[in-house]
Amino acid sequence: MTIDEKQQEIIEEFSMFDDWMDKYNYLIELSNDMPEMDPKSKTEDNLIEGCQSKVWLDAKTEGDKLVFTADSDAIITKGIIALLIRVLSGQKPEDIKNADLYFIDEIGLKENLSPTRSNGLLAMVNKIKAYAMAYELKQNK
Amino acid sequence: MTQTAAYDVNAIRKDFPILGEKVHNKPLIYLDNAATTQKPRVVVDRISEIYARKNSNIHRGVHYLSTRLTDEYEKAREEVRHFIHAKHNHEIIFTNGTTHSINAVAYSFGERFIREGDEVIISEMEHHANIVPWQVVCERKKAHLKVLPFNDQGELMVGELEKMISPKTKMLAVNHVSNSLGTINDMKKVIGIAHRYDLPVLVDGAQSIQHQEIDVQKMDCDFYVFSGHKVYGPNGAGVLYGKEKWLEEMPPYQTGGEMIQKVTFEGTTYNELPFKFEAGTPNYVGAIGTAEALKYLKKTGIKAIAQYEEDLMQYTTQRLKEIPGLTIYGTARNKINVFSFLMEGIHHYDTGMVLDKMGIAVRTGHHCTEPLMKHFNIEGTVRASLAMYNTRDEIDRLHDALLKVKEMFG
Repeated sequence: MTIDEKQQEIIEEFSMFDDWMDKYNYLIELSNDMPEMDPKSKTEDNLIEGCQSKVWLDAKTEGDKLVFTADSDAIITKGIIALLIRVLSGQKPEDIKNADLYFIDEIGLKENLSPTRSNGLLAMVNKIKAYAMAYELKQNK
Repeated sequence: MTQTAAYDVNAIRKDFPILGEKVHNKPLIYLDNAATTQKPRVVVDRISEIYARKNSNIHRGVHYLSTRLTDEYEKAREEVRHFIHAKHNHEIIFTNGTTHSINAVAYSFGERFIREGDEVIISEMEHHANIVPWQVVCERKKAHLKVLPFNDQGELMVGELEKMISPKTKMLAVNHVSNSLGTINDMKKVIGIAHRYDLPVLVDGAQSIQHQEIDVQKMDCDFYVFSGHKVYGPNGAGVLYGKEKWLEEMPPYQTGGEMIQKVTFEGTTYNELPFKFEAGTPNYVGAIGTAEALKYLKKTGIKAIAQYEEDLMQYTTQRLKEIPGLTIYGTARNKINVFSFLMEGIHHYDTGMVLDKMGIAVRTGHHCTEPLMKHFNIEGTVRASLAMYNTRDEIDRLHDALLKVKEMFG
């Protein structure tokens, strides 16, 4: 599935929820279902220090695709990470780099990617895009 | 209860327009008062009146508006002096806020009195604003920063202080009330010890001025600093009180207009107190607005406010303790309405986000006191900080909301 198809899928899932409580409960569920990040990957280098919550992000390549694993110490943040990973992981660097993550706005969680939130999520998206750009540069050398 | 009967919190709430607002379609419950307090209508009106009808730069005008507003600015200084019971009007310096006030003292006092090898003492529970300026002055002067610890209840270990003071110690900077723990420090005792060694004391009053009567002469502090916006006044305005004997000796930390007596290219002589420390156009609207807020507090009665808040504190403590797995950080015998807490296994950020959705405003994180968090070996807390307009009903709703949080994450 392309990045846009995955975004559409998530928007449809969230359209079932009437209020914030359902959404948050779903994020908690996603967070709990997320595969454990390898503790060895939770290094200082992979840590994105938000003021409010911590986020770890690890990247590796699988063929011509980039695969991400991530974690957070806060549950709601981790739930949103699960969504971001679902959309961006396993995609081609070029697509990741150019991705417009409109789904966050559509499902009413835009505030979580605001620079004022300092929960590490925006920094994580930026880092994912930076990985994609770095990978592309390496390929084109 | 008789003490709260005299204090009509519902009438007071009507003085604060914002308290009628809704957040996420829920009535706002504002429990982030240690970050900033809301403004009574009289303050909002006063500020709007100045901009609408009275605005003019002060201290330099020959014209009517300037003279009138200069007069009101100086009356604001008088109001502040009266409120904190300072001896002289010229001991009241208007600044941009607590952080500005502390930086001013750290720089100016440091320039005049701190030499290589000297020491400055702060406490382990300080806000970053009362840590970093002293770190910087110590770095600049090659002096040493020493830290007075607190115990696990969040009370300063005042018994240690005497052992820490040496002839090299030049300043003790400590908060009156902790913004993260709510502890009220025994300033008379602390200052008493310091003064036995002729050690001046700067009191960070950012969290104390709005909760209790302040008498800088009785307290005998050498400096007392606070922000307007934490005492129901406008933001961007603050106060630096200093004893005349120190302020006279200290050099200006900022230079420019207003603070000079005579300027030639060969040299400049400085104006007298308080103008020597008020370079440039001061925030006269903020200063007058702050004085208006203090007048409002005086009219309501600072003792009545303190009594009401004490009662609400007991009630809140009891209600929070009913929640299984909730730990309160800061259980000093003498404290104000600040509740830092964590619920077992639940991240403070998650708690804060869910409370927000229920219309409850709290702060989460380290509250600019990272060393304090380190003491308890935690990353941060949820902080509910109360003010004169909060009610038992709001605390009940906080209690219920926390149970909901527990249900969601527990």
